[in-house]
Amino acid sequence: MEYIIETKDITKKFDDFTAVDSVNLKIPTNSVYGVLGPNGAGKTTLISMLCTILRPTHGSATVNGYDIVKNPKEVRASIGIVFQSRALDDILTGREHLEMHAALYGVPKDLREKRLEEVLDLIALGSKVDEFVKTYSGGMKRRLEIGRGLIHHPKVLFLDEPTLGLDPQTRESIWEYIQRLNQEEEVTVLMTTHYMEEADKLCDEVAIINQGNIITADSPSNLKRELKADTITIRVDKAEEFLERAKSLAFVKDIFEADSEIKIMVERGDYLVPEIVNFANQHNIFVNSIELEHPNLEDVFLKYTGRTIGEGGR
Amino acid sequence: MVTPLLWLLIFGTGLGSAVRFGGVVGGYKTFIYPGIIGQTILFTAVFSGVSVIIDRQYGFLKEILVAPISRPAIVFGKALGISTTALIQGLILLLLSFVVGIQMTIEIFLQSAVVILLISLGLAGLGLLIASFTDSMEGFNLILSFIVLPIFLLSGALFPVTNLPSWLQIAVYLDPLTYGVDALRAIILKTSVLPLYLSVAIVSLFTILMVLTSAFIFSRREQELM
Repeated sequence: MEYIIETKDITKKFDDFTAVDSVNLKIPTNSVYGVLGPNGAGKTTLISMLCTILRPTHGSATVNGYDIVKNPKEVRASIGIVFQSRALDDILTGREHLEMHAALYGVPKDLREKRLEEVLDLIALGSKVDEFVKTYSGGMKRRLEIGRGLIHHPKVLFLDEPTLGLDPQTRESIWEYIQRLNQEEEVTVLMTTHYMEEADKLCDEVAIINQGNIITADSPSNLKRELKADTITIRVDKAEEFLERAKSLAFVKDIFEADSEIKIMVERGDYLVPEIVNFANQHNIFVNSIELEHPNLEDVFLKYTGRTIGEGGR
Repeated sequence: MVTPLLWLLIFGTGLGSAVRFGGVVGGYKTFIYPGIIGQTILFTAVFSGVSVIIDRQYGFLKEILVAPISRPAIVFGKALGISTTALIQGLILLLLSFVVGIQMTIEIFLQSAVVILLISLGLAGLGLLIASFTDSMEGFNLILSFIVLPIFLLSGALFPVTNLPSWLQIAVYLDPLTYGVDALRAIILKTSVLPLYLSVAIVSLFTILMVLTSAFIFSRREQELM
């Protein structure tokens, strides 16, 4: 199977609001696939449909070859999920969570012990595994949830915002963990995130979603290459005038305003910073600040939506 | 387990000495003993529906919902778990029958256990049904106070249901717990308004109806709840 998940015009409407609008995705087997978008873009709704919690309004999708509407039970048996909000029970220990999950997913009794050891090895909870979950740190809870999602050897692991609200160190360790997972186990990872950095670092392929629509999908490096550009971010006192005048410059590939800053796409920005400053001075425009950046996914997002990701999408 | 004993000892003795009660041997305290068993399982079973809401608020319910098990199976599992708790409480109360001077036999014990299990399953179904309609703890408690207390008071747990004004009589016979309490009274005190088989039949019907309805509603609702 080349693609483990395929969606066809999958759509979800809540009354008048279209959360996911005719999305078509093909997710290659054994890849780490990122769905990237601001809060409210429809990421969680999309995942909820793929893991059969929500029914699509129309359209369809297959996961591991099973239709999400016609064979929800088979779909659920082939996936593991880590929800955005935590889904642990305070009054159970880590081990009890894993045991219960294994039982729910019908892992045969004689295999359970072995799987449990496997997962415990991976999530490194140490002796904490026999303590109540309420004594765990945020990162431990996350690791437990990820481990739980793996105990029945799913074909696809859904991670909805896996590092939301975690400190940078924990985030790093979860990233490493996801990478190791993808390499060592035969599992496709579909993750949503609104951290550009995260998608950039982890994903083989990224789909950018905004207001329920997939805007573009490709590997992070291709997406960045497509920009063919460094970005010069400049703040000036007369933004309108500068925008008009700078458009005519030969080396400017694209120029637009975002967040009261002007972004200029150029090919080799290192040489052009002085030139732009001089140009502004010639026209009596005062430069407050100027900054050069090599492309990242944030810029890709900006280019396609005209907004930074933090601004949200509704 | 303290609450039912307080009811029996304080309320039972207190009211028992204030009124002349000739209904059963042993007086008022003995009369309300089956009723207090009914009350205990009523509160335990229905309030346990709140566990669904807690699971939902903690997000734990989602974990259960995406497991490859059917929605009715989840509801049946919950109902069985809840009625186990209620059954254990009922059994402890049965063992304490000497407090009100009732001679417990194995026959009475086993028959009562079956009836207690039946009622608690039905009431657990009722609790789960309410829980599947409400999203918050506050909402659940609000609905409960409108349902649980009337069920308790109308069940004839505290007074004989014969010789009531007709409006109250009707309400009493609409209350499913009436038949549960009456069945328990038939088994434990050998005195009842309806024949035992009829009470048990009505309780069974109620139980089947509640469990099936809550399974059905739960399957329909939860799809759209996330």
